[in-house]
Amino acid sequence: MKKDNPTKKQNPITDLLRMDRIPHIWCPGCGIGTVLTSFAEALRKSEIDLDKVAVLSGIGCTGRVAGYVKMDSIHTTHGRAVPVATGVKLANPEMKVVVFSGDGDISGIGGNHFIHAARRNMDIMIICVNNFNYAMTGGQVAATTPKGANASTAPYGNFEYSFNLPYLAEASGATYVARWTALHLRRVTKSIQEALGKRGFSFIEVITPCVTLYARRNRLGDGLNLLKYYHEKSEIQHGADTRTVDISYQGKLIVGKFVDIDKPTFLDCMNEHLGKVLGDKYQPYGVNND
Amino acid sequence: MKKVKADPKGVLSGSHYLDGDYAIAEGGLAAGCRFFAGYPITPSTETAERFSERIPSVGGVFIQMEDELASIAALIGAVWGGKKSMTVTSGPGFSLMMENIGLACMMETPLVIANVQRGGPSTGLPTLTGQQDMMQVRWGSHGDYKIIALSPDSPQECFDLTIEAFNLSEIYRVPTFVMTDECVGHMHEKVVIPPAEEIELVERKWYTGPKDQYLPYKNDKDMIPFMIKIGDGYRFHTTGLTHDERGYPVINAECQDVCVRHLNDKITMNADKIIRLEEDEIDNAEIIVISYGITSRVTTRAVRQARKAGIKVGTIRLITVWPFPEKRINELAKKVKAFVVPEINYGQMVLEVERCAAGQTPTVHVPHCGGWVHDPDDILKAIKEAAK
Repeated sequence: MKKDNPTKKQNPITDLLRMDRIPHIWCPGCGIGTVLTSFAEALRKSEIDLDKVAVLSGIGCTGRVAGYVKMDSIHTTHGRAVPVATGVKLANPEMKVVVFSGDGDISGIGGNHFIHAARRNMDIMIICVNNFNYAMTGGQVAATTPKGANASTAPYGNFEYSFNLPYLAEASGATYVARWTALHLRRVTKSIQEALGKRGFSFIEVITPCVTLYARRNRLGDGLNLLKYYHEKSEIQHGADTRTVDISYQGKLIVGKFVDIDKPTFLDCMNEHLGKVLGDKYQPYGVNND
Repeated sequence: MKKVKADPKGVLSGSHYLDGDYAIAEGGLAAGCRFFAGYPITPSTETAERFSERIPSVGGVFIQMEDELASIAALIGAVWGGKKSMTVTSGPGFSLMMENIGLACMMETPLVIANVQRGGPSTGLPTLTGQQDMMQVRWGSHGDYKIIALSPDSPQECFDLTIEAFNLSEIYRVPTFVMTDECVGHMHEKVVIPPAEEIELVERKWYTGPKDQYLPYKNDKDMIPFMIKIGDGYRFHTTGLTHDERGYPVINAECQDVCVRHLNDKITMNADKIIRLEEDEIDNAEIIVISYGITSRVTTRAVRQARKAGIKVGTIRLITVWPFPEKRINELAKKVKAFVVPEINYGQMVLEVERCAAGQTPTVHVPHCGGWVHDPDDILKAIKEAAK
């Protein structure tokens, strides 16, 4: 192993990563590392105590994020990071609990958990890296693959409707919903910072290039071509009606902060309700929980 | 292993008239369970209902999840968050839990799952009894791993063994199962809950060394690694992937060998300490009836009649079902004319008895497909046949 050169300027996010696990497994041109950089930057800027941040991932390319962050981190099973995060949050309410996972993990196999955690307004943050396909397994069609795009299990093109994730998140009860692309790094950072400062279920979707599979199969060029697409076709519309933000194949990408409201979280509701009903018999849970 | 007394807050000391499902809930609360995630399923729902009623005033959380996949996932999160946690289910829900039972085994997560068994396969007999998940509990998730499973035969034992399940799960850092059934789950009997100071609990094996030296999967002398909890500043990593001592994924055959061997060996090599049997009149027995759970109570009548008829019958009740008492069965196989194994399934634990008998003595199975307990006469007939 190479010895660190003390005179070399250290990358500012090194402290937030498990450097003994670098190099990572992601492909050149992939957007996951970019989103991870934004996440690290947001943590640094928010000056949050990193001992009180837990990062959970499911399975897939983005599922590997939990393994690279130097925080309490759990790499769970496919789709189940959200309910595991629910357990972490309820056992340890002072934690900032972040689920960092892919579109297939969150909205495909884990879709049911996603909507229910949002419905409960569980105080967790979801960072969903959407690359429009199942990349780890070789570019299969996903619940997010735009109609018409080609995938290895949709070799004649995808004919299914795809999820509009911000709409799904808002309809399910999320209190913070934003969408950006891998081109909008500073905005991703800002959104993550905002969500870190909030209580409640927050959902940040980041559209990222999958150069090796999605782009190659669809002859969309390399990472730079995809960033160009994001540049040309994305349109910032804060507060946009999430019903209007679905994504068509190589079509317009409406990005921005769509939802930012406050409402009591699962634990707030539990404490308020049980306190009212049970009176002195009930000791508020997770309040002053050291 | 650090032993502590139960927290009186969770212990409903006194004499009660409870069904098995409620007794499981009380056992969990007495054992210090402060997180319960579940999903309604007959005939186990009463345990969840009892938890939802009792846990708010005990200082814990009850959450009804969206399905059983989520219930056990939430348990895993809560355990790493520092809580003792349990859930309850029955056949179809148990099938859904298999995925993350594997994750809990792989991450060496102590938790307790009670399965109030009903007749299967599939939706089967939601309201009627069965003992048909006995192999599923051992083998149901993919890959090689070992678990601990206990089988109570009464509401009192539902209480006692749920506490024991928590203790074993903490000692060996392994999911531990209370494999009861609809009959015991819905049977009302006297349950005596002792004072808190008489309930001995095993505390989680907390790591206390320097933070920068913590390795989540470095085995201690007793083979079991130390645990920490999320939020304590260890910034640890754990994964369902094959991992090294640091909890980092290592994808090769060498690491797999160390990792998987460990998951199995920690149970196999401690089997003698884990296994509990109840033996009766074994010494001069020519026939031994081996049973567990509700079936052992039905067996009692058949055995009494067989003894009246002059047959020397001994009995073994499996309190611990997994790990299976291989050595004891093998030893007894040398001495007896036959084993008789009644169980409410079409042949599950009998396969273990046969394996351990290793051809030294015949094994007679008394199957029952579920829906009701055996007619004791069927067991008696099998004993008589075997004694011929």
